[in-house]
Amino acid sequence: MNLDLPLIFAALMGAAILAYVVLDGYDLGVGMLMPAATDAEQDVMVASIGPFWDANETWLVLGVGILLIAFPMAHGQILGALYLPVAAMLTGLMLRGVSFELRMKAKGWHAELWNWLFWFGSFLASFAQGYMLGRYLTAFEPGIGAMLFSLVVGASLCGGYVLLGATWLILRTGGELQKKAVAWTKWGLLWVALGVALVSIGTPLASEIVRDKWFDFPRTLGLMVLPLATLAAWLWVWTRLGKSDWHPFAGAVAIFALAFAGLAYSVFPYIVLGGIDIWQAASHPSALKITLFGVVLVLPFLVGYTVFAYRVFRGKV
Amino acid sequence: MPMDAGDALLLARAQFGLNIAFHILFPTLSIALAWFLLFFRVRYAQTGDPGWLATYRLWVKIFALTFAMGVVSGITMSFQFGTNWPGYMERVGNIAGPLLGYEVLTAFFLEATFLGVMLFGMDRVSTRVHILSAAMVAIGTTLSAFWILALNSWMQTPAGHVMDGNVLIAGDWVKVIFNPSFPYRLAHMLLASGLTASFFLAGLSAWRLLQAPQDAGALRTLRTGALVAAVLAPLQVLVGDLHGLNTLEHQPVKIAAMEAIWKTQKGAPLVLFAIPNELAGRNDYAIEIPKMASFILKHDLDAEIQGLDAFAPDVPPVAPVFFAFRAMVGVGMLMLAFAWVGSWILRRRAPRWLLWGFAAMTFSGWVATLAGWLVTEIGRQPWLVTGILRTAEAAGRVPEAALGASLAGYAFVYSVMLVAYVVVITHLAGEGEQK
Repeated sequence: MNLDLPLIFAALMGAAILAYVVLDGYDLGVGMLMPAATDAEQDVMVASIGPFWDANETWLVLGVGILLIAFPMAHGQILGALYLPVAAMLTGLMLRGVSFELRMKAKGWHAELWNWLFWFGSFLASFAQGYMLGRYLTAFEPGIGAMLFSLVVGASLCGGYVLLGATWLILRTGGELQKKAVAWTKWGLLWVALGVALVSIGTPLASEIVRDKWFDFPRTLGLMVLPLATLAAWLWVWTRLGKSDWHPFAGAVAIFALAFAGLAYSVFPYIVLGGIDIWQAASHPSALKITLFGVVLVLPFLVGYTVFAYRVFRGKV
Repeated sequence: MPMDAGDALLLARAQFGLNIAFHILFPTLSIALAWFLLFFRVRYAQTGDPGWLATYRLWVKIFALTFAMGVVSGITMSFQFGTNWPGYMERVGNIAGPLLGYEVLTAFFLEATFLGVMLFGMDRVSTRVHILSAAMVAIGTTLSAFWILALNSWMQTPAGHVMDGNVLIAGDWVKVIFNPSFPYRLAHMLLASGLTASFFLAGLSAWRLLQAPQDAGALRTLRTGALVAAVLAPLQVLVGDLHGLNTLEHQPVKIAAMEAIWKTQKGAPLVLFAIPNELAGRNDYAIEIPKMASFILKHDLDAEIQGLDAFAPDVPPVAPVFFAFRAMVGVGMLMLAFAWVGSWILRRRAPRWLLWGFAAMTFSGWVATLAGWLVTEIGRQPWLVTGILRTAEAAGRVPEAALGASLAGYAFVYSVMLVAYVVVITHLAGEGEQK
């Protein structure tokens, strides 16, 4: 059997990263929304993500793990170039995770401090992830333009996570908090619309490779499906607000999946934009085969017990 | 080597070492703590005694915090493998990568997902499913130890690989995983985890009893911890000895550094204490037992032991290995004595001096584990993968300023986290089970 192993692993890595972005995205979004809620609401918000955040964060380890295992050369290049934003993101994730545990156990001003660190950690991790994406898309070029673009992507991803977090709260909570979440979702939608527009204009300006891929007629016409579908998902979320509990979240996930598909199309087959492609960066076939064997063996169980955990905690908090 | 390359290497090692040292504290605790929790949970299901439930509820909170500390510090590792040691992944990534991948796939998701059910699902699932979840968490933590120690052991005593051009690939995965030092190292680490968690349970329960002498649950937990430690400690002495003999066979230079034996000699003395003098290649102020090292290592008073001179210039720094080894053995012996004397006395009573003693020993497992880890990792230098890849060859090209800045940042965050962790668990344990 002749498998294109690097292609399979690129797809797996994409799936893991998308799973991470959606799953930890709603956690981080909920974290960023904390200051807008009352003390009692904050406890409900944290409880809504409590059983899941550990496992959600594990998708990041899987995504980075596949990068490390399957494309080690790219792992070193990409993460070496992103060293400081990665350190910032990790610091944010650490503060978020530890504050999550400690805010429940602390009292008085300690609890306030951990609440604040929970918000700050969520924000720092989200912003750093967006910033890293911006740097990645500009092929780590120095200069003020690339830097500005990366900052815009950072801010946009925060908006995206706020949207995911707010729609997650619509799904998982009721009453006054759910009403607030509807308002937050509207803000999130506007933020995302602005962000997606800016990033869509900026990306082809910032990267020649992406520009060539986007404006390659007649493919461009087919590619138009992505922005149109994104617009449809956006409108769907807006119109379903207050009418359905789970449609807004599903729509937000769809927006992320579409944006991710657009990114994947823009970058493929490069793994370091303009540098190395997935076949050049790939590990030895023997390493890929044994890992793929493990993935095929374990993935059904992984999906199975993840679904089981979500079923156990279904319904309102 | 130019000066700046040396500084960058030192910074890269310091940063990675700091991260691993901080990270290892929490899995060391949580691996065995997960099995203790399963025991508490099963005892509650069997007896229906609410005391066991209260014990479970208290320690599951402490476990959740410990686990979270392990997860967040562990994520850092997955990034730093590539950034700090790109040469490592280039040369041996085809072996290290899949082993790490199996850890993520078989262990991380299992423990993290079932932890959610274990922590928050007690009222939502049946007793059987809840116990199953606790068991999955325990199995997951142990599986992650299996894979990470397979990789670490392979780096110490590589086997089963073949060369493919300039890089290594696996020829036989069974030989890669079950490399010569793996069974000893895995057993040594799992026992270390068991002892660390036992003293942690016993110490924090003793702390509670000092404030509330009537707390029956805390006394029961103290007895459980002391008793498990009393069983595991002698096993650890035995396994440690076997591990040492295995090291003598496969990494004799590490033994020479541990024992500060500079010159190859027959009837080598056991150095009880000395200040190793790296420049002169000898021990200052040495207190020795003649011929004892030969006897312990080869079971023959006149056997020849290879000294550091037999391996020069590829030898590790002697002093840190020598002292860390003595710290590990010293703390380990203290733990053995405490566990035996303590569990004997605890059969009938719990005098305050003993409670203070156990409370003082709460983190003794951490000290011994870190010391042992320093012995095995520094003792491997200058190699990253013994005989295959030098640490210096694997270092990255991250600018020193970025390394230095992030090192300072990590050090600050870790200090805050560690202080917060110790304060919170001491507070939780001090409050006790009733709530």
